[in-house]
Amino acid sequence: MSYTLYDKLWNLHEVTQRADNTYLLYIDRHLIHEVTSPQAFEGLKLAGRSPWRISANIATPDHNVPTTDRSKGLEGIYDEVAKLQVVTLDDNCKEHDILQFDIHDRRQGIVHVVGPEQGLTLPGMTIVCGDSHTSTHGALATLSMGIGTSEVEHVLATQCLKTSKLKNMRVTISGELQDGVTPKDVTLAVIGQIGTAGGTGYAIEYSGSVIENMSIEGRMTVCNMAIEAGARAGLVAYDKTTEDYIRNRPFAPKGEKWLEAINQWKDLISDKGSYFDKEIIIDGSSIAPQVTWGTSPEMVIDIDGSIPEPTSDSMKHALDYMNLESGKRIKDIRLDQIFIGSCTNSRIEDLREAAKILEGKKISSTIKRAIVVPGSGLVSKQAIEEGLDEIFIQSGFEWRAPGCSMCLAMNPDQLGDGEHCASTSNRNFEGRQGYGGRTHLVSPATAAASAIQGSFVDVRDFIS
Amino acid sequence: MKNTSTFHAGQAVPLERDNIDTDQIIPKQFLKSIKKSGFGQNLFDAWRYEDEGFPGQDVSLRKVNKEFILNQDKFLDSDILISKKNFGCGSSREHAVWSLLDYGFKVVIAESFADIFYNNCFNNGLLPIVLDSKEIDQLLDLADQRQQIEIDLENQIIFSVDSEIAHFDIDPFRKKCILEGLDEIGLSLTHSEQIKEFEKNRILDSPWIFIDEKENG
Ligand code: SF4
Repeated sequence: MSYTLYDKLWNLHEVTQRADNTYLLYIDRHLIHEVTSPQAFEGLKLAGRSPWRISANIATPDHNVPTTDRSKGLEGIYDEVAKLQVVTLDDNCKEHDILQFDIHDRRQGIVHVVGPEQGLTLPGMTIVCGDSHTSTHGALATLSMGIGTSEVEHVLATQCLKTSKLKNMRVTISGELQDGVTPKDVTLAVIGQIGTAGGTGYAIEYSGSVIENMSIEGRMTVCNMAIEAGARAGLVAYDKTTEDYIRNRPFAPKGEKWLEAINQWKDLISDKGSYFDKEIIIDGSSIAPQVTWGTSPEMVIDIDGSIPEPTSDSMKHALDYMNLESGKRIKDIRLDQIFIGSCTNSRIEDLREAAKILEGKKISSTIKRAIVVPGSGLVSKQAIEEGLDEIFIQSGFEWRAPGCSMCLAMNPDQLGDGEHCASTSNRNFEGRQGYGGRTHLVSPATAAASAIQGSFVDVRDFIS
Repeated sequence: MKNTSTFHAGQAVPLERDNIDTDQIIPKQFLKSIKKSGFGQNLFDAWRYEDEGFPGQDVSLRKVNKEFILNQDKFLDSDILISKKNFGCGSSREHAVWSLLDYGFKVVIAESFADIFYNNCFNNGLLPIVLDSKEIDQLLDLADQRQQIEIDLENQIIFSVDSEIAHFDIDPFRKKCILEGLDEIGLSLTHSEQIKEFEKNRILDSPWIFIDEKENG
């Protein structure tokens, strides 16, 4: 019998089938942030229950934390309601003795950056978090899914997720990427091809030579946006790259246990001949840098393309909102703001990718604001050690403290009404980055090059 | 006719509109709250008060809209809500169900419900009942006369003081959940022994998952 990676992960965690025919899936790791957890803890308390296994839970605040002055800690959060969410996370973690990288901790950051970085995300695990981008962790051969607040409470109380089985999809990216084309472009190109509902009901395993040659950071960028393709989970098979990434991470197994672990992890691949309900094959060398022009991640096009003719009301509405007309070249879109950050693109590699392009250059004087927000305190530290912060600052970027920031603009980092932004985040929904804001999703390289130009530019020309 | 299998007996309040959505049930400014409780005072906020509400306000100081049916003296103590078509449409937010429960509603009767809202009700122990428009009209009369309405969930019948009004359908499994007071968590916890057993094996197989995180890092 041959199994897919998803099937294997499922089989490793299936506890039982409930009377209503749903399954209980054992959860190894539960990541917690401040926005979706308060009601779950409250529910637990009201029902007189306590967490099933404390050590499964790890928390960090990310959505509401300010990215400017961090020296004031909690006092630096001026929105009282937002502050209360962060304080509540503190209180809940203290009450239940849950490990938290709090606002003062140098390890604090976006929950999906922190988990893998600390070795809290380990191959073979099931991981959940009250956040749809939990799919990110699948890059390390885990089964990772976003859940709602009721489910957060359910997982806290039972250590299980009540769920049904997903179908298997494999997306193979063959060949080799062109210079300047990055994992972000790969994941956007996949969404462009299958659509934002294309992965609904599936777990997507990404494979092929492009993925095999990709770093873990890159694979995380790809899996992060599996949810934008409609899939609750993204996956990449375990290999030597995974092993090298995890070795010596703070929470990774050591010594004998490490040897035992890597021996077990070797099996975390889809068997030859295993069955996928759906197969997509994309030639990696044909992928160009991608830019979204509308208000859904599937409204995406090559950098050298032009805005398409609208074929539906939603396209018309999107063009209206974006103040763009069909036929306009992507390269002619003037930019107001640049955002490099979010759980999609805020890891050290992303910052290196952007800094390489910005080194010795200045961003256009027409750019009103360009900010770079590292994904965690440790990414920030590493970048500073490598002198990347200086490159960003010299070029005209603002260097910020870690958090979600302008990805969803829950803190003061927001777009102004009507402003166009080249953003390395994952959602270009109306108003997502600020009321009336117009988001274009791109890679860190494209964001950096376009910052210099003041409008979108083909980073392939830029580096040659 | 007080029945031994009564699930709930109480007074109903009619909210005779179609398509009451989750934004109307609990307006968005209250979602920043960190609680699952306390939403009751802002249930139907835009209809209940004459000013615009915001979180943290002392609602006793606000001007109440006397026209709105929940504010009318005769309906003040209602705990059964009766509405029309597509009740609870809109977003998936559970805050809508939390608000109805926190206000004191135990049962919502409507001609139809939005899918997600219907599921959310069961997840939180609020009983949603679907009846046809003729039956709803009968209940509306009873509500207006302040007659008690009795719900026998076991036998799936709604009674007035002196007669049977309607039969209703409900998924047997969900009925059991509500009757036995089992929420999803409670139900999953009936499998506690299996979870413990599974966990024991998982610790043996992959012990590195279970290290005490506090000792590392
Ligand atoms: S960075 Fe954006 S997408 Fe990622 S967890 Fe934060 S808000 Fe969500």
